[in-house]
Amino acid sequence: MYMFKYVMKRLGLMLMTFCIIMFMCFVLIKLLPIPIERSQGVDPNLTYYRLEGRGYIRNLVYNDAGVVIGYERVPIMIQMWRYIVNIFTRWDFGIGYSISGYMYKPVWDAFIDRLPPTILINIYSSLIGVPIGLGLGILAALKKNKWPDQVINVVIILLISMPSIVLGVLIQYVFCYKLQWFPLTMESGTDYFTWNMFRSMLPAVFALCLGSIAGYARYTRAELSEVLTNDFMLLARTKGLTRGQATMRHALRNSMVVIFPSILSEFIAVLSGSLLIESMFSIPGVGRLYLQSINALDYDFFMFLSGFYCLVSLLAGIVVDISYGFIDPRIRMGAR
Amino acid sequence: MENVQTYPEISSDKFVFVQKTDLEHDKKLDTKPVGYFKGAFKRFCKNKGAIVAACIIVVLVLFAIIVPFCTQYSVSYTDKYYRNVMPRSSVFKNTSFWDGCKARAVGEADYVYYRAMGEETGHYAIKNNKAELNDDGLYEFRLDTYHSVGVVYINLLPEEYENLQAYQNETGIQVIYPTIRLSDRPQADQDINNGNYYYKTTKVQGKTQITLDKDGNVIPVYREYPAAHPIDNYHSLRIEGDGFDRNGTLYQYAYASVMGNSYECRVNYYEYYIYEHTRVLKDGVKTPDFLFGTTGNGQDILTCLASGARFSFIFGIVVALVNMIIGAIYGSIEGYYGGKTDLVMERISDILSAIPMMIVITLLKYHMEGSSHILILFLSFFLTGWIGMASTTRMQFYRFKNQEYVLAARTLGARDGRLMFKHIFPNAIGTLVTSCALVIPSMIYSEVNLTYLGIINLSGGKITSVGTLIEMGQQSLTLAPHVVMFPTIFLVLLMLSFNLFGNGLRDAFNPSLRGSEG
Repeated sequence: MYMFKYVMKRLGLMLMTFCIIMFMCFVLIKLLPIPIERSQGVDPNLTYYRLEGRGYIRNLVYNDAGVVIGYERVPIMIQMWRYIVNIFTRWDFGIGYSISGYMYKPVWDAFIDRLPPTILINIYSSLIGVPIGLGLGILAALKKNKWPDQVINVVIILLISMPSIVLGVLIQYVFCYKLQWFPLTMESGTDYFTWNMFRSMLPAVFALCLGSIAGYARYTRAELSEVLTNDFMLLARTKGLTRGQATMRHALRNSMVVIFPSILSEFIAVLSGSLLIESMFSIPGVGRLYLQSINALDYDFFMFLSGFYCLVSLLAGIVVDISYGFIDPRIRMGAR
Repeated sequence: MENVQTYPEISSDKFVFVQKTDLEHDKKLDTKPVGYFKGAFKRFCKNKGAIVAACIIVVLVLFAIIVPFCTQYSVSYTDKYYRNVMPRSSVFKNTSFWDGCKARAVGEADYVYYRAMGEETGHYAIKNNKAELNDDGLYEFRLDTYHSVGVVYINLLPEEYENLQAYQNETGIQVIYPTIRLSDRPQADQDINNGNYYYKTTKVQGKTQITLDKDGNVIPVYREYPAAHPIDNYHSLRIEGDGFDRNGTLYQYAYASVMGNSYECRVNYYEYYIYEHTRVLKDGVKTPDFLFGTTGNGQDILTCLASGARFSFIFGIVVALVNMIIGAIYGSIEGYYGGKTDLVMERISDILSAIPMMIVITLLKYHMEGSSHILILFLSFFLTGWIGMASTTRMQFYRFKNQEYVLAARTLGARDGRLMFKHIFPNAIGTLVTSCALVIPSMIYSEVNLTYLGIINLSGGKITSVGTLIEMGQQSLTLAPHVVMFPTIFLVLLMLSFNLFGNGLRDAFNPSLRGSEG
């Protein structure tokens, strides 16, 4: 019961924070001037009509030639109400106005379009990163202060200090250009499960997972080496367990209490993708969409993707706290 | 009293000290007291990695400060022809390292193209004019990126043309080379303005093919005219073989074509560069020596990197300091007053910290259209960067505010301000300084990321950023890997040394907390 109350309280607080941020974001976006596309061959009135149709402006003023020369903006609060109603009744988050490729297309469809590469890359990166990271960490903890530990330590420090820009460039240069193992950028198309596509994703996956490997290894090593010195480990050995059994059943499980939530939170956090890696390896993911919307001043896209990013980062934070309580029976969250 | 009166005649000489030696005082401590900061410094000095890291940071900072004053170039300097040239230093001229060359293995046609350049001007694009034919039928040689620009067409005003000739006459260095009729130039569109085709070519499938004579040499097609009818105002050095007799008339090469009121000349760019910088611009550049090479825009990497580094350091330090001050004040008020104040302020900082950085920057950028991106960058980092510092300070306040010495000070009449900043705050300085050192690299890293992604664009003005450089280098990664190499090396060194330094500082200020590496 404590647990339920605690989770509810945390979720409520999170929702409140989310709403406040989104409110500020919405108001700040709506205060901006509306960029009107004035490209050749396109009726400039069309954009105004679309904006009017979405309920952003009203009372269009025409000149003698029938061209729109002025408009009145709908009050922000009314726009907000419509925005929320549209979301809940029609799952409508607006349409793109200036973003290339998604002009006048619903935001949600574009988002769904771009989600698979991002998710795939992050799943691959977790699948590679978690076992290797944990394995290295365990090895380092078991061989503490011997040469494997020292080697792993040096590698960890190097990888952690290596910014992902540098990692990306290095991987691109060495594996894609010099050795020609992989293509320089990701294949286009939507067949995400072909071998060629998988191969073209790998450089980005490596760039993503090397950093997290170092993080997991460092974390695991610190936690496990602390647990290994505990008295109950000695007891386990005296009971007659072998070293392997004791490590697997007692030490590793205990250290997982701290490590598992971080894996979980990282998994959620990477759902939003890495802007940097996606633009470096030209992956048509959500991150690139976000960058595109920022550069094209596409407010509907920006609003929706900002909300998405914000929610993901808030969720990642909350999951860590809550999962402690589920994993470790000794911890009773919110108990007095 | 009575005793004194009873024996008035006893003189003071008769009184003797019981103890003959000096009076005993409290013994002074032999050792000197070790203060908090001194102890921290001592512990820091024991950490060798941190010391090395500190030295590297000092070197990088010196690099950022000194180099912009020493280089001949500025950030806004761009060269039209020297793009993506390799690093070169005159010290390593005769070695095959840092000599401005890159190893190439090309087929026959490209080899003849590069060889012909040296044959005309004596500036060999192939280093030492030495090439080896390998087993695959390719010519292997080191291509000098400074000389492979070769000869280019430029337009000169009449007085510029005269000055250039005067320079030739004065120094005896050939800069201008005979020009070629438009009809004799390569007919392929991409090569028509390439001054290096001074010989006969044909167009085959849209590409230029060199026509060779039977000895395998190129056939020059310089524009000729009878010497009696000068069509250009050329009265300077002439190349070998100029001025020949044909059917009793003296023919000469034309060294310029008149185009309206300007002269189109073929100049050797290496020599022209020297002439232009020593005589025309007089900017202190003697020979084209780009120590770190140039970018795809023809910018000097050394200058750009130093300027980017300087910006990064200033950015990191200013942001960290301002955030430390804001965070310290905010956290002190939160921690000291507690209760409702704390609750409200904590909510505010919670919400602020939950806003992703990208949203803050983008909204600022949209709303401050037209103002400089540097300002936007600073503002957005001031807006949310102090939260970590505030919570650190708050924790320290909660730890210390109920201790006895604070109570004693309060009893003695100390006011809130004095209690906060004189008695409690000094306890937080250590952790604040440490988090400052750990925050600077992450600030620099975010700045590099943002400039790399192009969200913050500094390239227009007089400064540049390491991120912009890396972005530029990544575009020409296959062509000129050195462009991306120098900025990334800088970034890695910076991150590594700041991390080690910060960890050392953390261990030094907090002896009970052992670094997770240790």
